[in-house]
Amino acid sequence: MNALEDEKIRKLLHAVFPPVGDAVPPRDLWPAVLRHLDEAPARVPWLDWVCAGVLAALFALFPEVIPALFYYL
Amino acid sequence: MELLEQFVHGNLDAFEALFRQFQREVYGWILRIVRDPAAAEDLTVETFWRIYRSHGRFDPAHSFGAWARRIATNAALDHLRKVRNLRAEVALPADFSQGPPPNPALQRETREQVLRCFRQLPAKLQVVATLALVEERSYEEIATALGITPGAVKLRVFRAVRQLRKSLTRAGVQA
Repeated sequence: MNALEDEKIRKLLHAVFPPVGDAVPPRDLWPAVLRHLDEAPARVPWLDWVCAGVLAALFALFPEVIPALFYYL
Repeated sequence: MELLEQFVHGNLDAFEALFRQFQREVYGWILRIVRDPAAAEDLTVETFWRIYRSHGRFDPAHSFGAWARRIATNAALDHLRKVRNLRAEVALPADFSQGPPPNPALQRETREQVLRCFRQLPAKLQVVATLALVEERSYEEIATALGITPGAVKLRVFRAVRQLRKSLTRAGVQA
């Protein structure tokens, strides 16, 4: 592929998607951000779920480790 | 305490001050990627929500703008992936009528074909193609926003152009 072919694609894309330029949000988005902060629950990372699962399995299979764990906590 | 340090400690007033300072930049950057003003609004809100959620991980020694742009780019990428998966084969995709007016010299049918072929590209190729070829942003700037090297951006642009050319040729559009 040469530069001329690249330029054709670039022109075609320019014709379909004119550059956005200096875009301004049509409204103040701060109230929406605050709403989102209030609504969205804190998500538990997947790694935390995996760790919790591993611990639960460990406790179920080897219950004798529970007192040892509490001792070291 | 400086604004960025206050933000790192979760101060909401500091976050609002940063939001006021960077809202426009973040919105504009997202709009350049997704090309849909309504989606850009939602994604700006989502971006700042992600920013606040990660306040403890921000290093005040670095640029807040660059960090915000990186998070915005990821949010926009997630959106493009979702839309690409959801979008059925329709004659006129929703975002076609919402962006800036296209070049009238190009026939409507050709525009639709180009748009359809473009939207079939993987999201990560759409992002680099839009930013590099349409918005004419530097490879360095795109690389920083995506967290990859300028060389990787160049490669993605090359792959985007190659895939686009193939699909346009298949669709009967001269490219």
